Amino acid sequence: MSALAVDASVPLLEVNDLTKRFGGVVAVDRCSFSIREGTITGLIGPNGSGKTTVFNMITGYLRADAGTVSFDGRRIRRPDPISLYRHGLSRTFQQARVFPHLTLVENLVVAVQQPLRALFRTSIGREDRNRAEEILERFGLLSHGERMAAELSFGQRKLLEFATVLMGRPRLVLLDEPASGVNPVMAEEMERHIRDLNATGLTFLVVEHDMNLVMRLCDPIVVLDHGAKLAEGRPEEVRANPLVLDAYLGD
Amino acid sequence: MSRIRPAGLARAAVVFGGLGAFPFLLPANWIVNMAVFTLMFAGLATAWNLLGGYSGYLSLGHVAFFGAGAYAVAIMFQHGGIGAGYTPFFVLPLVGIGAGVVALPIAWVAFRTRASTFAIVTITFLFVVQQLAFNLHSLTNGSQGIGMAVPPFPAATYERPFYFAMLAIFALAVFGCWYVRGSKLGLMLFAIRDDEDRARGVGVQTNPAKLITFALSVGLTAMIGGVWAYYLTFIYPQFAIDPLITIGAVLMVYLGGKGTLWGPALGAGILVPAQQYLAYRLGASELYLVGYATVFLVVMLVLPRGIIPSVADRVAGFRGQGRGGVLAEDGIDVSASQGAGS
Amino acid sequence: MRLIVQACILGLLTGGVYALMASGLTLAFGIMRVINVAQGAMIILGAYLSYSAFTVLHIDPFLSVLLITPVVFALGVGVQLAFLRPLRREDRQELSLLVTWAIALGIEGVLSILYTTTYRATIPSYANSSWRVAGYQVSEVRVFAFGLSIAILAVLYLVLSRTRFGRAVRATVQNPTSAALLGIDANRISAFGFGISVATAAAAGAVYGIVFSFNPGSHYDLISRLLTIIVLGGMGSLGGAVIAALFMGMAEAVLATTVSPTWSSFAFFVVLIAILVVRPQGLFGVRERGAL
Repeated sequence: MSALAVDASVPLLEVNDLTKRFGGVVAVDRCSFSIREGTITGLIGPNGSGKTTVFNMITGYLRADAGTVSFDGRRIRRPDPISLYRHGLSRTFQQARVFPHLTLVENLVVAVQQPLRALFRTSIGREDRNRAEEILERFGLLSHGERMAAELSFGQRKLLEFATVLMGRPRLVLLDEPASGVNPVMAEEMERHIRDLNATGLTFLVVEHDMNLVMRLCDPIVVLDHGAKLAEGRPEEVRANPLVLDAYLGD
Repeated sequence: MSRIRPAGLARAAVVFGGLGAFPFLLPANWIVNMAVFTLMFAGLATAWNLLGGYSGYLSLGHVAFFGAGAYAVAIMFQHGGIGAGYTPFFVLPLVGIGAGVVALPIAWVAFRTRASTFAIVTITFLFVVQQLAFNLHSLTNGSQGIGMAVPPFPAATYERPFYFAMLAIFALAVFGCWYVRGSKLGLMLFAIRDDEDRARGVGVQTNPAKLITFALSVGLTAMIGGVWAYYLTFIYPQFAIDPLITIGAVLMVYLGGKGTLWGPALGAGILVPAQQYLAYRLGASELYLVGYATVFLVVMLVLPRGIIPSVADRVAGFRGQGRGGVLAEDGIDVSASQGAGS
Repeated sequence: MRLIVQACILGLLTGGVYALMASGLTLAFGIMRVINVAQGAMIILGAYLSYSAFTVLHIDPFLSVLLITPVVFALGVGVQLAFLRPLRREDRQELSLLVTWAIALGIEGVLSILYTTTYRATIPSYANSSWRVAGYQVSEVRVFAFGLSIAILAVLYLVLSRTRFGRAVRATVQNPTSAALLGIDANRISAFGFGISVATAAAAGAVYGIVFSFNPGSHYDLISRLLTIIVLGGMGSLGGAVIAALFMGMAEAVLATTVSPTWSSFAFFVVLIAILVVRPQGLFGVRERGAL
């Protein structure tokens, strides 16, 4: 995952005119933005601005009504979570979804990409276990390795979920509110992990409500309001943009 | 294989050793007969558990494949001229593989739905197959049923070949469950069971995993049907494809512990003799429907996790240990035994 | 051609009754995410109750609907309270399938004991009369049954759209969490909703017994048809269930005429497969993807 051999002219992710309607409501309205490799892009907006819906469309959990998604220069006709993961695009969920009845190690190993012929081999091979334990250690969860994920606290689950998506050696990770619902210490830890991983070349798209965190961490920032892109730019620009202030205060 | 646990191996040796010796220790015909049916349901329940317990997809139409296997053997006998004696037993692996292959397109369609609708599809499939059995006269003789020649086994030990055939398939089913449980396929299935959408989100190939498991499960079920057909030597559509067989097997799985290795067999071991005994005492067949319903409801409401996980919980509580992972429900404590490169 | 039109008429009339039976089933799923495999048994129960009312008390089957509906409603509420509510929410969808199947078996067993397995039919004096309309035979009973079904469906629709209870039901179907936050008592809604869903089925059963002969085991045939109908219409969608029922009624009748009666029930399975391949969520269902 080196940032050196990157072709900076082709964005890693490109979203064009993405649209989604629910009944009569337009949840996402011709949303367009692009993400360059190696960045941490923030996606913010007041409640109901369509951020998670955009996530769901990019990652194939929701079918877009119009618009296109391109990853790594290739247009993706029908985004499908499985193939996106295998091509290097993964995501986390707001609710910190893990596999509750699997141990932490099992949670991680199941996310390793397997060729079909490996189906009948032992569930946790030595190589997979080592990688899993390495990542668990990095996140401070190694001591809980053999415990069931259901026993973890919410903050630990968020860490586990984050750790899991790394097993697929992604190039782009979409984080859905990584710091919400956790105490400030954990939020700080999350921020640190994101920075560290970004330094090794991993690209992030982060949805967050914590303004301070976003302003510190992300550059550029995309602002949505009522499903449409309101603004895009560096943190200072966005912060000073009167439209953005309006959107947040006006509701 | 390094992942064989000594305790597990010992358990298996005791169970299968005991079962192997059984007909010689208690040779009375009616006892061995009951044992044949017990092993039959133990096999059906274990095979069902491979899909239903491990992946969470409840197939309520499995008996369609049981019946298909039964008819396959009977038809091969009538139209294909396989001889009497032991030959039908050797045809069984073909029946199993054939059923697995035929099941794939059906499963592919069925798995396009969520788990709840999946159950509906399997139920509908069951009734369609039953209809087919009634309607395809030229092949199945319709409602008149189809028969096979009674094999020339000695009367005193008549049940034995069938007993050992059922035992072999049961053993195969247990082995299959055990192997899958410890394999990558098993891990994928448990992830699917926990949260299928998220499994897809971390790249788990859900479709192949489900399809393969379905094929394995019905292959075993069909083979058991084949043995059953030969045992009865005359089969009718409404009994070969009887929803009560699946319901019975499912009940046994839940009673013993869905998702565990020996739970389904335990459930069968309890319920089949009980059912035979009640039938003997009460006679009336309508009453056993009510009986089934009652036992089912009691188990669902009182002991929904089943015997083995509930006992494992108690024991773990005693020992004060935390349990983890896919083996936890069997009461197997992994935390102590991290073998090298398991 | 004449045959096909005749079949369509017959099918439409039958479809109307299926619509009533299926509406309860899809409603139960919409409110509680419960697949009530006992719906068929409830229908047969209604058929037997009306049969007894007719043979013993000489009450016309259509009138007996007024008696049967409250009785089965109470039974439905009881079943929901005793067997469905105790299930934990996570398990409910999975276990409800088995629990309701067990209830269906129980009903079948009790009916077998009370009535034996002989086929019965409720035969009032008008059972075999028919009218000639534009050259086609139209059975009186089937028209009455269709009329009754439409009437009850209309009442159901009015209850759902005009009353407070109905609004609460719709809110629960669309978004259970929000509904709970708005103070809607999910337990009460579930209990009454389930009661209504089986009561309507029993009403349909009362008239079903005039047209078709039945025995305790007939519930399997019914439930497999109804399940296909609600999948086709979209699980939880009332309108979908009605349209699907009418369609399947006609399809079945046309197939029975053009191909053969024994294969007509195949139509259900073929349609089911086709739907699942092309549009798994059915006509009006919502594609359930878990991330939302």
